[in-house]
Amino acid sequence: MSLQYFIRKFITLILTLLLITLLTFTAFTIIPGDAAISKLGTDATEEQVEALREELGFNDPLPLRYINWLTSALHGDFGESYQYSGVTVAELLTARFPVTLLLATLSLILILVVSFPLGMLCAMYTGKWPDTLINQLSQITMAVPAFFLGMMMTWLFGLVLKWFQPGAFIDPFEDFIGCVRYMIFPTIAVALPKIAMVVKFLRNSILNELHQDYVRTARSKGVRSLRVLYGHVLKNALIPVITFLAMILAEILAGSIVVEQVFGLPGMGRLLITSISARDYPVVQAIVTYITTVVVLINFIVDVLYQFVDPRVRTTS
Amino acid sequence: MKKKRILFCALALLVSVALGACGQGSKSSDTQATESASSENGSATDTENADASTKPDTSSDGTPTTGGSVVLGMTQDLVSLDPHETTDAGTRSVVFNMYEGLVKATSDGDLEPAVASSYVISEDATCYTFTLRDGILFSDGTAVTVEDIQYSIERYAQIQGETSSFAKAVDSVVIDDENTVSIYLTEANSEFLAQLTVAIIPASNATPAGNPIGTGPFRYVSYSVGQNLILERNEYYWGDAAYLDQVEFKFIADTETAFTQLLAGTIDILNYLTTSQVQTLETQYAEQFHVVEGSMHLVHALYLNNACEPLSDVRVRQALCYAINRDEINQFLFGGASEIIGSHMIPALTTWYEESTASMYTYDVEKAKELLTEAGYGNGFDLTITVPGSYSQHVDTAQIIASELEAVGINVTIQEVEWSSWLTDVYHNRDYEATVISFDGDLNPSDWLARYKSDASNNFFNYSSEEYDSLLEQALAAIDTNEKADLYKQMQINLAEHAVAVYIEDPADFVAVSADYGGYVFYPTSAWDMSTVYPISE
Repeated sequence: MSLQYFIRKFITLILTLLLITLLTFTAFTIIPGDAAISKLGTDATEEQVEALREELGFNDPLPLRYINWLTSALHGDFGESYQYSGVTVAELLTARFPVTLLLATLSLILILVVSFPLGMLCAMYTGKWPDTLINQLSQITMAVPAFFLGMMMTWLFGLVLKWFQPGAFIDPFEDFIGCVRYMIFPTIAVALPKIAMVVKFLRNSILNELHQDYVRTARSKGVRSLRVLYGHVLKNALIPVITFLAMILAEILAGSIVVEQVFGLPGMGRLLITSISARDYPVVQAIVTYITTVVVLINFIVDVLYQFVDPRVRTTS
Repeated sequence: MKKKRILFCALALLVSVALGACGQGSKSSDTQATESASSENGSATDTENADASTKPDTSSDGTPTTGGSVVLGMTQDLVSLDPHETTDAGTRSVVFNMYEGLVKATSDGDLEPAVASSYVISEDATCYTFTLRDGILFSDGTAVTVEDIQYSIERYAQIQGETSSFAKAVDSVVIDDENTVSIYLTEANSEFLAQLTVAIIPASNATPAGNPIGTGPFRYVSYSVGQNLILERNEYYWGDAAYLDQVEFKFIADTETAFTQLLAGTIDILNYLTTSQVQTLETQYAEQFHVVEGSMHLVHALYLNNACEPLSDVRVRQALCYAINRDEINQFLFGGASEIIGSHMIPALTTWYEESTASMYTYDVEKAKELLTEAGYGNGFDLTITVPGSYSQHVDTAQIIASELEAVGINVTIQEVEWSSWLTDVYHNRDYEATVISFDGDLNPSDWLARYKSDASNNFFNYSSEEYDSLLEQALAAIDTNEKADLYKQMQINLAEHAVAVYIEDPADFVAVSADYGGYVFYPTSAWDMSTVYPISE
């Protein structure tokens, strides 16, 4: 793990961030709609709109506006929200991040705990009934859209069985246990389709490895098949699965818009949607920066993980 | 879901509804005024809307008690807690509970003294003198002074901007003595009282948005962006104390989620229900909820750009009025419960409303075709209706209109845009042909009708009529109510005759209230008054 490698990755992160924020900025100048008019609404006088546009810096030339944003952002200042007067972007994001992080962590744990045993079970009993059953279930789960799953779950567990109260979200800093309990169903809604995908992915990856020469060698030496699976196959089979898990994690950390909406969780996804429709540029830009950073960072961590799991990566890089 | 005065505003009339233990089948024997008003009107043809439990049920056998708390669900966030910042109907409906002006609106559409205990309007209507209510306190326990009144009026005028109608109308605010304050106007205006619902806030408070202090029946506890606003009873309130200890306004992303939370008991009150939601409540949850019916007090219409070909021809606009079946829209969207209107005024403002406009155009395809042929569009034309896509009510209306206009050869394209684009392009830049939207207004008839003045900045219809402008001028200057009403009625007839827009209805508002609570009252202005809501004792 060389310093050079680290620096290269860091430069990639910076360049990606610059490019993405520039694209967001450009998109915002192209799409119709105006933050000043959005905020002031139909009662606004021409004078008020003009004053607000001046205050928000809309009358500056475009490149200057981007550079202004960039220099403040580099100082850690993401400005104030347009739609909520007097609320800083940092306040908005820090209020929501714990919710999204908690949901992501719980979902990831659930995905790992459920999909690994199932994936291995499928691989061990290829073509037999456990494999067929799990396969069929995965197909169905993958086919169900997240919003529908969320709605069905709120209806069944919330309204019919009353195992939880839809919308009664509890702040994690007030009552962590209560919050986790409320999060159980959103977690399942996020995790279920992903579990199905990971199971399929892991199964195929293991099967692929089982046909490799080294497995035959190991078996011919008399190593028991379970030991072959844990000791040799799984390690190799994990490599593509880790990449896949990383993609899933990045996706959940970016905010599961639909699930947040259906379960009334105050997370990042919901904030992004409302900010886009209110043309709340500072908030959108900050969330985009956050999402980009998460994706690039996770990729970086995955690269590092590879080196532990797979010595071949170490020698070639 | 946001915004502006337009869209959604709450309310409805004279119904003060007490909700008792109304089961699904309980026919209310004494239905109040609203109902008779709507049946007098054009909607008399609808026979199947006689569903008992959607009627305001005034037979309450629950006894009001104090204490408890209520959660009201709303599908938008608040724009600002500073009452002087321009706010949308939703925000105004909420902060109504915290703030009061010199006068405040009542549920039957009058104004009653609030921070002031009495007022005198000079005979020439240029000076309004108010006497400060004796011993009135702000929600933090400090006394309200005449300086606070002066500060609040001046601050509001300043925030509205020099060109705003409020700032232009107010000449000066003069403190006469420690109990009286006079507001001098630049010109005679007998309607200015309704503008003085402007919240009175303490001059000493540096951050009215972050630390809201007012004189209303509730006081501020906490606000979380995107989540909720919590208020508690204001123990210093000068009037009748609120029943509830606490009220939470909860912001929910969309109507479906909000409805689920209502069914789950997370929220207790939810307004703007759709007809299908009303049906669900009545058939499956009749024990748990009452559905209270009022009116949104909006002018819902197909608004036309009068400066744009071929809509600039009055015959084409009249043809549209004949070709659109307003009863069908009402039936489809509100089960026939809305009031059909024919001009830019809501029936609830009885003093000013001109009833004859509602029946000026009746659904008549042949007549529409004749008018189009006369105007040289016998073969029809292409029309684009731009609607804000997030408001299903407007999108649905546009779709019904599109299919109806097909019958007269008009080929409609519906363009759905985001709310922000609608505000900028359609409303602000007037770059559109036709749009479906609703407008709200206050108790002043001019608030509804002044936007049609040729040079009004919010005249996005591009309507221009010298006759109309002169009527408006006379109406504003008139002091005698009858004379004034007559002029405003003429203005409504002018709008209807010139078919400035295809006025459709004042939409019905269905509000679900948990069976544990009673006392929900509709207002003809933007107000969700929680001070009248009470828990029903067992």
